[in-house]
Amino acid sequence: MGAEVVIEGLTKSFGRQAIWRDVSLTLPPGEVSVMLGPSGTGKSVFLKSMIGLLKPDRGSCLINGVDIVTCSEQQLYETRKLFGVLFQDGALFGSMNLFDNVAFPLREHTRKSEAEIKRIVLEKLEMTGLQGAEKKLPGEISGGMRKRAGLARALVLDPQIILCDEPDSGLDPVRTAYLSQLLIDLNAQIDATILIVTHNINLARTVPDNLGMLFRKELVMFGPREVLLTSDEPVVEQFLNGRRLGPIGMSEEKDAATMAAEQAHAAAGHSDGSPEEDLRGIVPQIEPTPGLPERQAVRRRKDRVMRILHELPPAAQEGIIASLTPEEQRRYGVRAGAHAAGRPRVAVPSPTPRTGFSGSLADTDVANLPRTDWGSR
Amino acid sequence: MTARTARPMPGAGALRETGRLFALGLDVAVNIFKRPFQFREFIQQCWFIASVTILPTALVAIPFGAIVALQLGTLIVQLGAQSFTGAASVLAIIQQAAPLVTALLVAGAGGSAICADIGSRTIREEIDAMEVLGVSPIQRLIVPRVLAAMLVAVLLNGLVSVVGVMGGYFFNVVLQGGTPGAYLASFSALAQLPDLWISELKALIFGFIAGVVAAYRGLNPKGGPKGVGDAVNQSVVITFLLLFFVNFVLTAVYLQVVPAKGS
Repeated sequence: MGAEVVIEGLTKSFGRQAIWRDVSLTLPPGEVSVMLGPSGTGKSVFLKSMIGLLKPDRGSCLINGVDIVTCSEQQLYETRKLFGVLFQDGALFGSMNLFDNVAFPLREHTRKSEAEIKRIVLEKLEMTGLQGAEKKLPGEISGGMRKRAGLARALVLDPQIILCDEPDSGLDPVRTAYLSQLLIDLNAQIDATILIVTHNINLARTVPDNLGMLFRKELVMFGPREVLLTSDEPVVEQFLNGRRLGPIGMSEEKDAATMAAEQAHAAAGHSDGSPEEDLRGIVPQIEPTPGLPERQAVRRRKDRVMRILHELPPAAQEGIIASLTPEEQRRYGVRAGAHAAGRPRVAVPSPTPRTGFSGSLADTDVANLPRTDWGSR
Repeated sequence: MTARTARPMPGAGALRETGRLFALGLDVAVNIFKRPFQFREFIQQCWFIASVTILPTALVAIPFGAIVALQLGTLIVQLGAQSFTGAASVLAIIQQAAPLVTALLVAGAGGSAICADIGSRTIREEIDAMEVLGVSPIQRLIVPRVLAAMLVAVLLNGLVSVVGVMGGYFFNVVLQGGTPGAYLASFSALAQLPDLWISELKALIFGFIAGVVAAYRGLNPKGGPKGVGDAVNQSVVITFLLLFFVNFVLTAVYLQVVPAKGS
C-alpha cells in the first residue's frame, strides 16, 4: 500500500509574496487525489514543497513519519526514493535518449543486470505507449511524448507516491483520457498514493477519490470527491463550470467593480460562452481496465468516507449514498433520500459493519476496517 | 514573514549570494570524496573543456610571451641588464601570465559553457528531476565539471608556460637581437622551483573557482531562458573579478613566504 502523506500548516512565500498559507491535508494511502486551482495559485510550488525541492516557511509534511521540511539531507534523499514525480514538461535529461532516461533511476539505485533493466524499461515504455521510440532524444519528440516518457521514468522504481504536475497540459483530450485511465490502472496495480495537480475539469471529475482546491493563497477545501463536486462554494462552482462570472478573475482575484460590471453584462444578456448546464454533480469514477485487479483504495475509501459521512455537507452525503449499491446501503445502514425526508442525522454510519449484516459477499470480500484514526483527522 | 519586520539591510543580498557561493564550494569539496565517482562524466568534461580551450590558449600565449619579452627587453636594456632578459620573462610568464591566461580561458570558454549547460538543465527542471530521483546533482554533475576545470587548468598552465617562454625566446632572440645563450642561461638565475609550484597551484585554484562560479550561476538562473543568458554573462564577470583578487592575495602571500632567489 502506498505511503500516507500528512501535511500540516504548510506556508510558503517568496520574499513578501505569500503563495499559500496554512495548508493542511492528508493524502490517504493508496488513494488518488486531485488538487485543482486557477493558474498561478502555487500548485506546482505546493508539489515542489512536498518533495523538499522548495523549503516552506512553516508547517510540516510527514511521509512515513519523516518530516520533509526539517529532516536531514540524507533522509531527504532516502525518502525521495519513495516518490515518482512527473514534471510539467517531463523534465527528461536532454543528453540521454528515452531508454537511458527511463533506465536512469534503475541504474542509479538498483543493482539490476542490464538485461533486467531493459525488460523493465521496455515494459514501462510500452505501458505509456512509447514502444519503438526508445532511441529518440527528448528534443526529437513531441511534448505529449515527453510527458509520457517522464511518467514512464517516474514509474520504474515502483514508487509508493506518485505526484503529477499537470499531466494533461499539452495533451489532446483523447490522450488525456488514456492518461487518466493509465493512472487509475496503475493505482489498481501497485496501490500507490497519487496526487495530481491540474486544472482539467474532466480529469478532476472522473479520476480522483479525493479532490481539493487552492485559491486565494488558501486551501479552499480538500476531501472526498463528492464534497467538492457538489459544493455550493462560488469559487468551486465557477471553476468547475469554467465561467467568467464569479470570484476568480484574469489576475487571480477580482475586484468588486469588475464583478459588478460582469454581472451587469450577464444580466443584459451577454453570453460569455460558458455552457448553460451545471457541470457540478457526481459522475461515475473511472474504473480500472477489465482484467486488472480491483482497486484496493476504493473499498478503503468507502469505509473511511462512511465513517466521516455525518461530517460532510448534506449534498455530498446524498451523492455518496446514492452511489452505493443497495447492498452496500444496507451494510452501512444508510438509505437514499434520508435527508430529503428531513432526517439529517439518521444516516450516521456505525464505525463497524452492522452485526446483522447478511450479504452475498464472501467472508474474504467483506471489508475489514483496520484503521480507525481516519475519521478523527 | 520576517521580511516585514525591517527594511532589508543594504548589501544583504550580495552577502547572501556570497554565502551561498561558498556553501556550494564547500558542498563540491565534500562531494568530491563521495562514491561512486562519475568517471565517464569527468572524462567527457575534461575532453570538452580541453577541446574548447587548447587552441585559444596557445594563440593567446604566444603574443603574451611576446609582449612580456618586448616590454621587459626594452626596460632591461635601459637598466643595462640584458643578460637577465630570459630570467625576467620566465618569472613573469610562469608566475603571473600563465595561470591568469589559463584561468581566463577556462572561465571564458569552459566556464561559460558549463554555466549555460547547467542553466538550461535547471530551467528544464532536469536538476529538480534528478534530485527527486534521489541523485545529488552536485555529486553527479557539478563535481566532475569542477574537477575537469581544475585538471584542464593545471595542464593548460603547463602549455601556456612552454608556449609563452618559447614566444618570449623567439621575440627576444630574433627580433631584439638578444643572445640565445644568455637568454637560456639566465633562466635559473632568478627563477626557482617554487615559482613553478605556485604557478600550478594558482591554476588549480583558479580552475576550481571558475568551475564553482559557473555551476553556482547555472544552478540559480533568474527567470527562464533569458536568465540563463544573464547567468552566463555574470558567471564570466564574477569569475574574472574573483580570479584577479585571489591572484593578488596568492602572489602577496607567496612573495612573503618564499624568499627570492639569492637573498
